Amino acid sequence: MQIEHIGGLQVFLGVLARFWPVWLALAIILGASFRFRKKLGLYGQLFDSGVGIAGVAICLFWLFTAIFSARIAPFDPLTQIPIMKDALPGAIEPASKQVYLFGGDKLARDVFSRMVFGSRIVLIIAPAATAFALMVGIVLGLPAGYHGGRIDTVLSFLANLVLAFPVILLFYLLVTPEIRELSFDTWLGRNLGIGWSIPRGLAALFFLFPIIFFAALFYTRFKNRPGLLAIQLALTLLIGAWVYFGLVFDKDPLGIIAIDPNELNIFVAVVFASSPGVFRIVRGLTMDIKTRDYVAAAQTRGETPWYIMLWEVLPNARGPLIVDACLRIGYTTILLGTLGYFGLGLAPESPDWGTAIKDASRLLRSFIHPALPPTIALMSFVLGLNLLADALREQSLKD
Amino acid sequence: MLAFILRRLGTMALTMLCLTFVVFFLVNLEPNLKKLAISQTEMRTTAEDLERWLQRNGYRQNFFVRYGQWIGVVPKQPNIDPATGQAVPRFRFCSEPAVPAYSGILQGDFGCSTKFKTTVAAKLFPALGATGILMFWVMVTMVPIALLIGILAGMREGSRTDRTLSVASIATTATPEYVSGVIFTVIFASWLGWLNGSAASATAQGVNFYNFTLPVMTMAIYGTGYIARMTRASMVEVMTQQYIRTARLKGLSFSGVVVKHALRNALIAPFTVIMLQFPWLLTGVVIVETMFRYQGFGFTLVEAAGNNDIDLLLGCALVSVLVVLLTQLISDVGYAYLNPRIRVQ
Repeated sequence: MQIEHIGGLQVFLGVLARFWPVWLALAIILGASFRFRKKLGLYGQLFDSGVGIAGVAICLFWLFTAIFSARIAPFDPLTQIPIMKDALPGAIEPASKQVYLFGGDKLARDVFSRMVFGSRIVLIIAPAATAFALMVGIVLGLPAGYHGGRIDTVLSFLANLVLAFPVILLFYLLVTPEIRELSFDTWLGRNLGIGWSIPRGLAALFFLFPIIFFAALFYTRFKNRPGLLAIQLALTLLIGAWVYFGLVFDKDPLGIIAIDPNELNIFVAVVFASSPGVFRIVRGLTMDIKTRDYVAAAQTRGETPWYIMLWEVLPNARGPLIVDACLRIGYTTILLGTLGYFGLGLAPESPDWGTAIKDASRLLRSFIHPALPPTIALMSFVLGLNLLADALREQSLKD
Repeated sequence: MLAFILRRLGTMALTMLCLTFVVFFLVNLEPNLKKLAISQTEMRTTAEDLERWLQRNGYRQNFFVRYGQWIGVVPKQPNIDPATGQAVPRFRFCSEPAVPAYSGILQGDFGCSTKFKTTVAAKLFPALGATGILMFWVMVTMVPIALLIGILAGMREGSRTDRTLSVASIATTATPEYVSGVIFTVIFASWLGWLNGSAASATAQGVNFYNFTLPVMTMAIYGTGYIARMTRASMVEVMTQQYIRTARLKGLSFSGVVVKHALRNALIAPFTVIMLQFPWLLTGVVIVETMFRYQGFGFTLVEAAGNNDIDLLLGCALVSVLVVLLTQLISDVGYAYLNPRIRVQ
């Protein structure tokens, strides 16, 4: 059977049309933001420069693509339609009369749909992993910078240890299937039945940090108002424990939060690789800020060290931290791509961009069309984040 | 200064000890040993055969004893064949002393590569040499371009040149090697046909423009933007200093001020950045060498990790950690040397 094709212009228009929910959402959000930019603080100031607008627009574009991916993508990212193997861009799938806008890959899957669904994986894991890395870095970096001395020596040594590890070797050691299968269930002499492994153990450790962070945050501030404190602590612990059980033990009683073991594994590896960087930044900022007068004032008032760290130092370190977080999400995206490129962690049929680049780059000699969409997607998303970070830095320098 | 360097060297040694211990622990986990045994014995071996293979080759000795042997602080016992009572090497492609001897990293014995069927030293050092060539060309292209972009952008802050070059350097930092590699291959190898999309021939026939440009370009592009941005920031800061204004008011030409007064001071910060760029290049080397099939250090590392080649992987880890730590040391010492304000303190 002969496959029909549509022309280049029609492909272009088709792609634009498929993204209609994104354009609509972008128009609403950007229009509203631009209209009210004077009242929106730091976010509003981003709209003063071209770089800022471009950064916000690109990031929001991928955010909405991830949210509406089921509506945008014409095909399922994993379904194979044999006749469409290595189809060129614009090929019409005979059964449904839908178009393979960017062609088909070597397993006859729609490249466009895979790119769209890939954004979902990247946009869930990269920001979440960055958030956890921030939590770990903040909780450890604040005391290291504030107290100095032995605690600083030990933590800095550990951070430098991880930083001295070449990232790629770390991933090869942490994310191989062999490590994932390794179970410590029988180590304690009886079967625990929860599938303990190194990644899961690390996850159990890392996921404690947000709970510690929020509990300490509320406790130091409201310890003189037991009623309010009790509600906040109870909420923190309840939500924390719920998420913790769902993610670490895969035993969410409500069955809402669940994570694929593969994804947990790469999540942990990425958090592990990027938290020492956050630690160093937070430590440096804390060492700088603790010499300020308002910290001395708080010390004179007799505030506890953790109150000063969380409520005096941290809010004043937020500018550089926000910029770093933006850059770090981009860097995490690159790390995820690296993992995918080496076929580590994610399932081989996963539509994420790194895996897609790996598959396509092996066949560049025969077909180039499956390689370009994921590379350009990854590049544009990271570019958007970098532009955003640059604009934020400019704005924070202005103040 | 000497005390500082000595203390740093001490920390370095401790870091290397800890890191190699972690790597040693991870590669000797039970599933990894199983994988090694399966790949090293014939197909369809039984569990007992695998166990016997591990036993025979000494993988079942105490973990700490084996780590000590690898470092060279515990003597390596010869492998006695129970049938003949003679000492035979564990692997036929590596010689071993017939009497107990200290033979580890400290004595310069890196062990035996099970994947490449040779000694680790024979595999690792040529690979490092090949990567050295790649690194050399990357540095030769990347550093001058990055410094030039940074200086041009930072010379007049806020000008159109500055904005264009800044956005361009942000764009390159958003382009990891596996992205730029694919895009460059598509453009220069598939469409234009100017360059070779694989550097495999560089290993055998030597490096030439045709097979080596793409890997070098791919690797250089990611680091360029970062160094350029650091140079720009440093240049912008220097250009606002009093002495630059004085020089301008004295009537020196703008280019004269930039070349004579600003440049030297503006290049101190990028020096640190360039040195710290080496560890980043290490990851890049792995990606680029895999992508373009160039048999260097990164290629060796991937092969070693993929096959759980314990001694080779440990050797790779040691080398890369050494590179990271040495560049950090050089950047600290060099920074102090270049910047008189720190040196005096």
